Amino acid sequence: MQFIFDSVKIHNLNVSPKNGADKFTMKDLLVWVRTNLIKERPEMFMKGDSVRPGGLVLVNDCDWEHSGQLDTNLEEKDLVVFISTLHGG
Amino acid sequence: MAENHKKAAGRLCYLCNQRRAALKRPKTLEQICRECFYEVFEEEIHQVIVKNQLFKPGERIAIGASGGKDSTVLAYVLSELNRRHNYGLDLFLLSVDEGITGYRDDSLETVKRNEIQYGLPLKIVSYKDLYGWTMDEIVKMIGLKNNCTFCGVFRRQALDRGAALLKVDKLVTGHNADDIAETVLLNILRGDIARLSRCTSITTGEDGPIPRCKPFKYTYEKEIVMYAYFKRLDYFSTECTTLSPFFLGCNLLLFCFIIFPSCLLRDVGTWCLKFVSINWILYKLLSLSASIHRVFCCRHIFT
Repeated sequence: MQFIFDSVKIHNLNVSPKNGADKFTMKDLLVWVRTNLIKERPEMFMKGDSVRPGGLVLVNDCDWEHSGQLDTNLEEKDLVVFISTLHGG
Repeated sequence: MAENHKKAAGRLCYLCNQRRAALKRPKTLEQICRECFYEVFEEEIHQVIVKNQLFKPGERIAIGASGGKDSTVLAYVLSELNRRHNYGLDLFLLSVDEGITGYRDDSLETVKRNEIQYGLPLKIVSYKDLYGWTMDEIVKMIGLKNNCTFCGVFRRQALDRGAALLKVDKLVTGHNADDIAETVLLNILRGDIARLSRCTSITTGEDGPIPRCKPFKYTYEKEIVMYAYFKRLDYFSTECTTLSPFFLGCNLLLFCFIIFPSCLLRDVGTWCLKFVSINWILYKLLSLSASIHRVFCCRHIFT
């Protein structure tokens, strides 16, 4: 997955909610990442609004399935990790 | 903290009810903490080994290691369980160097680190030494059309020969529950009844010199990845650079024309409708089967 992000593993981001919204969710983050970070083949990372099947997401080392997946609210200094399972074992 | 973080922080582990839940197990849908996850993950694999009598004390076992997530976790867990439960096994790492630049050379570096990290002796066998060809040379010759098939067949024999050189009693691979489900589906699509009947066996090749087993047969891929992540295990995670586009299009189309010969005999209108319907179904099946085919040829040619 790294090659679509210019082979950079860790990105420090400064993002803010759009249109004066008071919350920034995972859905907003994915849109921002697709627009600003992915250089090629966005379909390797996302399908529709969410991550591609086979991609795992952790927010602060917790499975995003706990916190509402795309509706997970993000705060300052949150750590979001994307892990692909689609490779040889 | 935000509302969602409060909720996540408030969700306690289903098992210990003390620590914060870190993941939802796809196997059981339980929300559990890291420590409980390690325990249940390792215990379940131990139970699979014991109930299926996979090993005997004193056996020499080669772990097929590619540097990927499954084989790295397998090496880690097996050496841990060997110690904890006194299996009495001599464990080795066995790797195959197909000669794929930018993929295998990098993943072998990972296996070499695993050798030091887990204290397991490593043996690497290469296509170049065994067959006189690397995969890069083969792809240069034949292109990206059938290279996965070549690689799968070569790797099977390479592992057998490596295992014989190590004089091991068994070979274990990191095939997980998702892999086996994909193999079943692909064998159904291919109509391969012979493979379908044996592809879910936890041990294969018992009538041969070196049987193979899959201790991760009931382990979900997501859990293997989460285990590797939480334990910060060192593994290599890039797709093979010689990955070929799907091949099944022609075969399935031919299959459809064989079973629907009447398509060719009826009037044009009906024929066109059937042709479009079949191709729509084909498109959907091919989208699914492309990755399954890659996995099948690349990793499941063993079964």
